[in-house]
Amino acid sequence: MSAEQRPRRRWHIAVFLAPAVLVYTALMILPLFGTLKLSLYEAVDNRQVFVGFDNFATLFGDPNWSESFWRALKNNTWFFFIHMAVQNPIGIAIAAMLSVPALRFKAFYRTAIFIPTILSFVIVGFAWKLILSPLWGIAPGLLDMVGLRHLFQPWLGKEEYALTTIALISVWQFVGIPMMLIYAALLSIPDEILEAGEIDGITGMAAFWKIKLPLILPSIGIISILTFVGNFNAFDLVYTIEGAMAAPNFSTEVMGTFLFRTFFGHQTQPGDPNMGATIAMMMFLIILAGVTIYLFFIQTRMRRYQF
Amino acid sequence: MQRVKHNWLNLTLAHTALIAYTIIALFPVVVILVNSFKTRKAIFREPLALPNSETFSLVGYETVLKQGDYFGYFQNSLIVTVGSLFFILLFGAMAAFALSEYRFRGNTLMGLYLAIGIMIPIRLGTVAILQFMVAAGLVNTLTALILVYTASGLPLSVFILSEFMRQVSADLKDAGRIDGLSEYRIFFQLVLPLVRPALATVAVFNMIPIWNDLWFPLILAPGEDTKTLTLGSQVFIGQFVTDWNAVLSGLSLAILPVMILYVIFSKQLIRGITSGAVK
Repeated sequence: MSAEQRPRRRWHIAVFLAPAVLVYTALMILPLFGTLKLSLYEAVDNRQVFVGFDNFATLFGDPNWSESFWRALKNNTWFFFIHMAVQNPIGIAIAAMLSVPALRFKAFYRTAIFIPTILSFVIVGFAWKLILSPLWGIAPGLLDMVGLRHLFQPWLGKEEYALTTIALISVWQFVGIPMMLIYAALLSIPDEILEAGEIDGITGMAAFWKIKLPLILPSIGIISILTFVGNFNAFDLVYTIEGAMAAPNFSTEVMGTFLFRTFFGHQTQPGDPNMGATIAMMMFLIILAGVTIYLFFIQTRMRRYQF
Repeated sequence: MQRVKHNWLNLTLAHTALIAYTIIALFPVVVILVNSFKTRKAIFREPLALPNSETFSLVGYETVLKQGDYFGYFQNSLIVTVGSLFFILLFGAMAAFALSEYRFRGNTLMGLYLAIGIMIPIRLGTVAILQFMVAAGLVNTLTALILVYTASGLPLSVFILSEFMRQVSADLKDAGRIDGLSEYRIFFQLVLPLVRPALATVAVFNMIPIWNDLWFPLILAPGEDTKTLTLGSQVFIGQFVTDWNAVLSGLSLAILPVMILYVIFSKQLIRGITSGAVK
């Protein structure tokens, strides 16, 4: 190690670190603290006055605010649940099929199935809005072909379906990520282990459930936490499809749209940076709680297999 | 013999399922692209048919290119994406080199400090970031976006690059030192060329989220001159809700650049993900 020679002044270390640390501190860390500070202040006559946790008390105590907050949190939890229940199992299933050694056209499937993931929310949102639109008639037409036309509903416009529909669109968009990560994990399982299983008579589906699945659990953990952070931070898709008011009647409200509307205001209410910051802090705490649970309770309990 | 038969059945099932899902994944994109080349009547009459000589029309594209400044939006997106990637790679590699090469007090702590941003989304600081940009006079500039994306891309970049830099042979660097190369030249001339594959991986990971982001362009740079393609198409399509030709063409024009990027970089992207860079 060159460092042992201890050159007298090692300014170059500071030079190497400075740009990254400066940009990162100024635009990532300080704004987080800035947001925390804003959440503890209130604007009175255009001046910021320290009010302690009053904004949080308002958020949870004032029925107008607390109703919106709990609605956004509840919707966001449902949004996350759909991803965990639909996106990740589909991703794992596709990855498992792709990892069959004899399968051909793997590269084609992988590339094609990943395409929705590279599209922006704007493209995805509008594309599905058009396809599900009763005006255009693609969705009812397709249902008609299989004789299920009566099942068609304007899903994005009905309060009881809109959130689930948006969650499923988001699942469609992001299936590529669990697929890729699980595929990579499955490829890294050495053949000897699978062959040893084969000798013991464990093949096919049994090999997947008894050998492969336990070995890819750490990757499933990573996918879950990535999904969690992504979902509780979601905004773009709802905004593109349903607008900042999370139509119909706020039924697609998630934390992100609640933050955006509070911060920037909307027709009936002017923007409020302090309450916006308060909501951002709650999102921070939710995400921090999720990450902490993952790092300290899930990741440490999972056995890591080194090959 | 039975084994072979069993395998064949399994493979057929796998192909059926994969083809079915591939159709689900591609169907919406194909429908949008195909219909953008049709007349309004044909779009509604037979949405699933390919355009023929009778139904072919470019009227949507004409409206879009006349009304929206798509080239301007595209240029803005390109500047923001390339600029952000440049700084993410340069600053990230420099910091990664410092952390992986030198032992100094606070090294581990610095590594952890920079890693916080891997899990905490930069969006949560938006309220304060906007105030900062207003104070710095950077609202409605592309610089604001480049700064924000650089900050949000750095943590993962430092993390991945320092893993790779640890594998660069110490002998090589020491040989350079004996030859009297400065630490800066060792970094730029010896180490950086050797970690090129890792730089490409980091670039590809960051490229698509930056290109596609809607949140920060909407908040920091919504002005007409600084709209990115993502924001520009969002606003444009929103205005033309009833002009289906224009909406479909606008969408297709937004899809095109990402698809080109994907075709060029998909190998790198897939190799990056599957080589375990994010494990």
